[in-house]
Amino acid sequence: MIEIEKVRKSFGPLEVLKGIDLTVAKGEVLTVIGGSGSGKSTLLTCINGLEPIDSGRILVDGVEVHAKSTNLNKLRQKIGIVFQQWNAFPHLTVLENVMLAPRKVLGRSKAEAEAEAEKQLKHVGLGDKLSVYPARLSGGQQQRMAIARALAMGPSYMLFDEVTSALDPMLVGEVLDTLRLLASEGMTMICVTHEMKFAREVSDRVAFFHQGIMAEIAPPEELFGAPKTAELEKFLAATH
Amino acid sequence: MFNYSFRWNQAFQSLPDMLQGALVTLEVAVLSMILGILFAILLTSFRLSGNRVLRGITTTWVEVARNTPALFQIYMAFFGLAGLGIAITGWTQPHLGFAVDLRLSPYVALLAGITFNNAGYLHENFRGALKAIPDTQTRSARSLGMSAPQAFGYVVMPQMLRISFLPMTNQFVWAILMTSLGAVISMNSDLFGVTDNLVKINFRTFEMFAIAAVIFYVMTKIVTLSARLIAARLFRY
Repeated sequence: MIEIEKVRKSFGPLEVLKGIDLTVAKGEVLTVIGGSGSGKSTLLTCINGLEPIDSGRILVDGVEVHAKSTNLNKLRQKIGIVFQQWNAFPHLTVLENVMLAPRKVLGRSKAEAEAEAEKQLKHVGLGDKLSVYPARLSGGQQQRMAIARALAMGPSYMLFDEVTSALDPMLVGEVLDTLRLLASEGMTMICVTHEMKFAREVSDRVAFFHQGIMAEIAPPEELFGAPKTAELEKFLAATH
Repeated sequence: MFNYSFRWNQAFQSLPDMLQGALVTLEVAVLSMILGILFAILLTSFRLSGNRVLRGITTTWVEVARNTPALFQIYMAFFGLAGLGIAITGWTQPHLGFAVDLRLSPYVALLAGITFNNAGYLHENFRGALKAIPDTQTRSARSLGMSAPQAFGYVVMPQMLRISFLPMTNQFVWAILMTSLGAVISMNSDLFGVTDNLVKINFRTFEMFAIAAVIFYVMTKIVTLSARLIAARLFRY
């Protein structure tokens, strides 16, 4: 379970999170929508401790992320994150990209890591690209590799930060299909996205962020069908 | 009047000795590059560590290495350190009961001086290469649970070494040429030292140094050409 309590966060004079309260249960798929600068991506990087917070707290399985005593490297093993920019490690082959962290962080043997990496890569449809360097892959393939790389650590939670925003429109579908697959397998996911159709389809709940505040949160039919705030109405009108 | 007559045959008789010297030169250059790269990586991690003392070490090293003559650096490794050892011994002798011996052999002093110079310049090569690697690479590595040193060692450093590979060969060439500065600290087994010694015996000054220059030239050419071949294989991605 991910519990977010009264989280505030500023970048200099700009407050990007103005007291967020949110709980994500095991197995839930939550999508977060909202305009740029609404704080949705920042929230994700706060959840796995890549960004510090100013006040409030975030608990992942009861462990406080920003407590001094928390071993972040250990905590991050159970929180996979995939970014808008996929960040393949260019000097490693696809297989090596996925094997690296399990080997170095989890101490897996080469054979074990290789088997797991192969499994994950097949899972995201890259079984035939194992020995290729990332530069030879399309954006969509690189993004799927990044997903496999995060999955190979065996995370309990997956955070997706606008994973299709930097992609060619032609390639968005294949990445969304991968996310759908994960959701159907019961992975706990938080997806920040601009794909409304996708949000409507896979989410258990959808949260709408506006200027650092979580303005609305509801199951998709409710949120898209009957927006309560003028901001959400405006946002939905603009994205359709 | 000018009555120097060329005697190439006599000079060429020294060729085997000079080639032997060339091997020593190459050995010093290779070792100074290996050590220089290791020290440059260390200096880079000092700089990135955020610790003020460690960063200070890097800044001082790089500033001195790049802004003083290489000759001075080699001189300091030989005479300077020896003098420092004598001074330390002098100050502390009654309590210490043994001498602090910082005298290095010419070979080691030359190696130390060139290594010092290499590390300073290579650090700057690395700094430039790091600028070409997006921060998000580190971020991704950290988000997979890697510690900061792991992210640097497994993700950033390999890319850094590849980007700075060709600039590094420049430094390698420079290291080969710097070995000739060993002359000032009585180094006599390298190419320049061997040549200089033989000239004192056979007086074929022009011929001998011309041959030495050609050997230097061939060595550096081989280095740059093979570096290009290796780079073509390395930069597969």
